[in-house]
Amino acid sequence: MLTRKHISKDVKWWIVVAVLAALPLMGVLPSSYTEHVLILIMLYGSMAQAWNVIGGYCGQTSFGHSVFFGIGSYGAAMAVVTFGFSPWPGAMVGALLAAGVAVVLSGPCFKLKGHYFAIATFAIVEIFNRLFMVWDWVGGALGLDYPLVEEGWMNFMWYDSKKGYYYGALILMIFVFGVVRKMEKMRFGYYLLAVREGQETAESLGVNSTRVKLSAMALSAFLAAICGAFYAQYNFRVDPSMVMSLDMSMKFVLITILGGLGTFWGPLLGAAVLIPLQEYSRAFIGGMGGGVDLMIFGLIIVLVMVKQPRGIMGILDDIAMKSREKKEGDH
Amino acid sequence: MALLEIREVTMKFGSLMANRDVTFDLEEGSIVGLIGPNGAGKTTLFNCISGYYTPSSGKIFFDGKDITSSSANEIAKLGAVRTFQVVHPLKEMSVLDNTLIGAFLRTSNVKEASEVAMECIKACHLEEMVHRKAGTLTIGQKKRLEMARALATQPRILMLDEAMAGLTSTEVRASVELIKSIRDQGITLLVVEHIMEAIMPIADKVVVLDGGEKIAEGPPKEIINDEMVITAYFGEKFAKRLKEAKLS
Amino acid sequence: MVTFLQVALDGILSGLLYALIAAGLSLIWGVMDVINFAHGEFLMVAMYLSYWLGFLWKVDPLISWIASGVFAFLIGALTYKLIIRHTIGKSAMAALLATFGLSMFLKNACLYMFSPNFRILNDTILGGKTFSVGGVIFSLPQLATSLFSLGVVALVYLLIKKTRLGWAIQATAMDKEAAELMGIDTERIYVLVFGLGGACVGIAGGLLPSYLATFPDVGGLFSLLAFVCVAMGGFGSIPGALFAAILIGLVEAFSGFYVAPVFKYVAVFGLYLVVVFWRPRGLFGW
Repeated sequence: MLTRKHISKDVKWWIVVAVLAALPLMGVLPSSYTEHVLILIMLYGSMAQAWNVIGGYCGQTSFGHSVFFGIGSYGAAMAVVTFGFSPWPGAMVGALLAAGVAVVLSGPCFKLKGHYFAIATFAIVEIFNRLFMVWDWVGGALGLDYPLVEEGWMNFMWYDSKKGYYYGALILMIFVFGVVRKMEKMRFGYYLLAVREGQETAESLGVNSTRVKLSAMALSAFLAAICGAFYAQYNFRVDPSMVMSLDMSMKFVLITILGGLGTFWGPLLGAAVLIPLQEYSRAFIGGMGGGVDLMIFGLIIVLVMVKQPRGIMGILDDIAMKSREKKEGDH
Repeated sequence: MALLEIREVTMKFGSLMANRDVTFDLEEGSIVGLIGPNGAGKTTLFNCISGYYTPSSGKIFFDGKDITSSSANEIAKLGAVRTFQVVHPLKEMSVLDNTLIGAFLRTSNVKEASEVAMECIKACHLEEMVHRKAGTLTIGQKKRLEMARALATQPRILMLDEAMAGLTSTEVRASVELIKSIRDQGITLLVVEHIMEAIMPIADKVVVLDGGEKIAEGPPKEIINDEMVITAYFGEKFAKRLKEAKLS
Repeated sequence: MVTFLQVALDGILSGLLYALIAAGLSLIWGVMDVINFAHGEFLMVAMYLSYWLGFLWKVDPLISWIASGVFAFLIGALTYKLIIRHTIGKSAMAALLATFGLSMFLKNACLYMFSPNFRILNDTILGGKTFSVGGVIFSLPQLATSLFSLGVVALVYLLIKKTRLGWAIQATAMDKEAAELMGIDTERIYVLVFGLGGACVGIAGGLLPSYLATFPDVGGLFSLLAFVCVAMGGFGSIPGALFAAILIGLVEAFSGFYVAPVFKYVAVFGLYLVVVFWRPRGLFGW
């Protein structure tokens, strides 16, 4: 049973990847705007999945992930802008640094319960945001603007076509989702769930819940930072309010929750619904005046929380349950 | 040397003495019953042994090692595992996954752990529920799940906190059989129990707590006749009457 | 010395205002264990109401606060009825995220209707008036707002501690089911508490346009500061929130003046972390 369920999930996953990989080659994407939207879906899906590790699987609602995301994006940007180098090692250093920062900050934060924890993570975002604003070495409030560099994978930079970014985002998604898939099947993945469902019980069975939570936070921060590096490369720039803000932190949380907390597909589904909505409403009704897209965004969040806090995965479950009941009723 | 040694354990909450100078041993391979009226300090003592509390004074040794201030997960790793009086199922996880968490203590290999978990699930007669979410089980099933999970850690001492409270009489009989079979596997048991009929026939030794202190310790037969125990349980009047009845 | 006193005065005055905003949040948090993320947006909406009353009909904020308070009471009660009620008993974060959605909606609705422009009321009764005592300058509108805030906080505190309604609220906070068995209509209490929480922040919002610009993003920072006050003061404790609010006002003013303006929020949020790492249930929490 256990293994069969896993295999079918894997098959679905590789089909999704194959379709995404084939789309640009088949020439069915109508515009580079569609390509842009797909890139964002893969990027935000990966970000949400990174957050899902600690927020969903391990049940610790962190609103501080924009800090890790930001550290990753600064890693890549500084490698290119400050040191005139390739972003790859910068992203790597950023990701490791983010994991380290996550462990150091989470230690005391995990002692806090409920809303105290949530507010502590807000506070950390605000502190980092202000410190980066005044830190000249990282560009201060103005941030870092990328110079023109040679196109290609070495610099992870393309100007005319978005194809490179498209495949870059796909690889990012395969990596992040692959890590989580692997984690789900390992002892560590089970331990995360156990800590979420009952820390005291987990402890009684020999689980060191503090170590599990810290490891999960480190992994989550590492993955978030890699997404951040991609984000900087894609936007050709980085500044504190763009990456290290409460709004950015909220995106990690909201996409995951809209899709389905603690589920493998939730983050991707959440991004696949929210991102097109946000991008197209901005493009089409943006002319009506600022704010309409975000008004809709806000309303959707309210509706989901009120109607089905388990998100799209919860809605799909309900539908599956109903059709199964109907089938059984027919017999 | 006994497997578990409890030495003058005292636990204070402010001015309240939940345990005072409790001392007893757990011999390897035995079943020890820990009984006493409500509020006698049984669960507190349990929490001290299993690392949820650190005693105010006194020492606890497991296999000769001082575990007085070890954390709960360290003690579980050493091989002393407990269940909870109020069941704590990992609700959203299946019965198998719940038990796997226990089995993972001895192996990180999912396949090996699954095998161990399945064995324990069968031992506790939960095989039909393997894929059910733990939150949906009945209270009796949840109690058995607690046991299966603890067994899966392959403990040397299993500490059961009122594993039979709230069960039907059929379920109680099944639990008694289960406890005996666990002992026969060579696992030492410390059983906190309210149901005297259940514990008395199987225990090798019974420790009685009252008002936080140990008032008696010995084989069940002696304990049943111990005056202090009877007084603690039934009150002085009854003890007196019983004594008079015996004398006459 | 005069500078020092001036900075201290500014700190205390903003602290009192934060206290009023935090009191509403604290009430909701304490009774329902819900963080209202849209709290700052209630403030913003109340400010807009007060602004438009002043701009269109020349109603002074000294009077508009009544309208703003009532309006925010209604928004609060409605928020409970339409949103919060449905999230209770679901996941712990459901209410927080739902109110975050609401805050996005309100902020962007105002952005859409009123544009992002900063709006300032001129010719208010107190506007721009100052007086000085021994060199320390008192801004009249700020002083009035702060003292008024303190008064409202005291009233809310008395309401909770001294009246029958307050006892019913306390009983509901302690044990909802027991309160119901005692014949308390807890549903009505929840509506009232959310309404009162809204009214507190609404009154603050009604007064603010006499010296502060109104714009769609104005609520964000206020609500973060209010979260910090409430958590630092301790779960549901209004005196705790008041104390924390004044402390935060002072830290903000002193670090802003003596270190650098950008560091004031580093200091404020840093203080929060230090306090909760030291006392995980806040200064007055149990």
